[in-house]
Amino acid sequence: MMQKIYDWIDERVDITPLWRDIADHEVPEHVNPAHHFSAFVYCFGGLTFFVTVIQILSGMFLTMYYVPDIENAWKSVYYLQTEVAHGQIVRGMHHWGASVVIVMLFLHTLRVFFQGAYKKPRELNWMVGVSIFFIMLALGLTGYLLPWDNKAYFATQVTLNIAGDLPYIGDFAKTLLAGDPEIVGAQTLTRFFAIHVFFLPAALFALMGAHFILIRKQGISGPL
Amino acid sequence: MKKGKGMQFVGDSRITANKQKFIPKDYSEYPGKTEAFWPNFLLKEWLVGAVFLVGFLSLTMAHPAPLEKMADPTDAAYIPLPDWYFLFLYQLLKYQFASGPYFIMGAVVIPGLAFGGLFLAPFLDNGTKRRPFHRPIATSLMLLGLVSVIWLTWEAAEHVDWEVRAEQNKPVLEEAVEIDKEDPGYEVYSSQACINCHGDNLQGGAAAPSLIGIDRSAEEIMDIAKNGTGSMPAGQFEGSDEELQQLAEFIVSANKEE
Repeated sequence: MMQKIYDWIDERVDITPLWRDIADHEVPEHVNPAHHFSAFVYCFGGLTFFVTVIQILSGMFLTMYYVPDIENAWKSVYYLQTEVAHGQIVRGMHHWGASVVIVMLFLHTLRVFFQGAYKKPRELNWMVGVSIFFIMLALGLTGYLLPWDNKAYFATQVTLNIAGDLPYIGDFAKTLLAGDPEIVGAQTLTRFFAIHVFFLPAALFALMGAHFILIRKQGISGPL
Repeated sequence: MKKGKGMQFVGDSRITANKQKFIPKDYSEYPGKTEAFWPNFLLKEWLVGAVFLVGFLSLTMAHPAPLEKMADPTDAAYIPLPDWYFLFLYQLLKYQFASGPYFIMGAVVIPGLAFGGLFLAPFLDNGTKRRPFHRPIATSLMLLGLVSVIWLTWEAAEHVDWEVRAEQNKPVLEEAVEIDKEDPGYEVYSSQACINCHGDNLQGGAAAPSLIGIDRSAEEIMDIAKNGTGSMPAGQFEGSDEELQQLAEFIVSANKEE
């Protein structure tokens, strides 16, 4: 049955080469921890991706309860945390995942840096990767406000003050992020929500797509 | 049978007859034992992922995600702190050479140089050598950056008493508790000194914790009212034993209604 469905689709859209591009390739010995235990450093990138998937899934479930509004944001999180079945676990996964993904990205970056794996021809992929790092930090910054508790509110106020004090672009940057040059309030929360849930993930997916296509095009860097 | 299983296109095909197929890189140039990604290697990756997930879920269950009180913009006493991975930038802005008139230094120049350097690393370190010891400038700059970030984070986090912070900012859902102000116990509560520190809704304040969500018996409450506990001094309650009894029962009942 499955084979028939596959054949039916393959006859029309020729998916076999796509599948080959994704899965049909060899893994060299020097990145395989089964042969050299020290090759576990090559797991950091994959684990970063794994945590990113956890973040996407847990985040999708969080939005089923979360209300991006200053009256209800905190209450919806409190309700999720105390009343909803497994709500504490899902929120916990999203909370800790945000820290773990930074740690894994950091380790992955250090691996690539100290192995000099960013050298020609992989310069572009390094820059894509550093951009992913910046996007992740921005996701952490915007996500921190969403529970609308004291630590969220006051940390964001400090961040926005720093943004507002920047030369030339200060007022513009602060107004863009907060929705108002002075007030950190209702507009700020909806903007941070939109940035956190739509804008940054869109950028993240595009960059991750580019990152993986480049890896498959260029292969993993050779042994040192 | 070039594509798929004898695929034929109707009319104008957009796939040229001699289209170059994507040919995966051949790792025969690397000596040793290569392994097929699918399914052999993926199975091992799956195992690593499973072990990682167990550890991650254990962390999640052992330490629930923190939630503080609902944001109160009028709370002037609150000391703001960013999430831990921004602590180093936050700490940098506290130094004299990076704040006040030199704010640009701390907010733009230093982080800009560090992160710009990281972004452009392949062009700054463009030799052909890959081993860390063969490119001492790149390696030492990265180590310097690492040490500074770790040190700044440490400096920022060291002075914070995380437990006290968490205790002071415990979340309280305000409407959840209806205080029965007709209760004789509430009269005692407001006529004695209790209300001055614990607030008119038992919500607590700067000097005392909330009396909602506590797990104490009437006897324990009577003892604390007389003898104090923690930073609460003894002798706060000066009424009769009957009033003490009413007070304790009132506080216990306020906790039961939840």
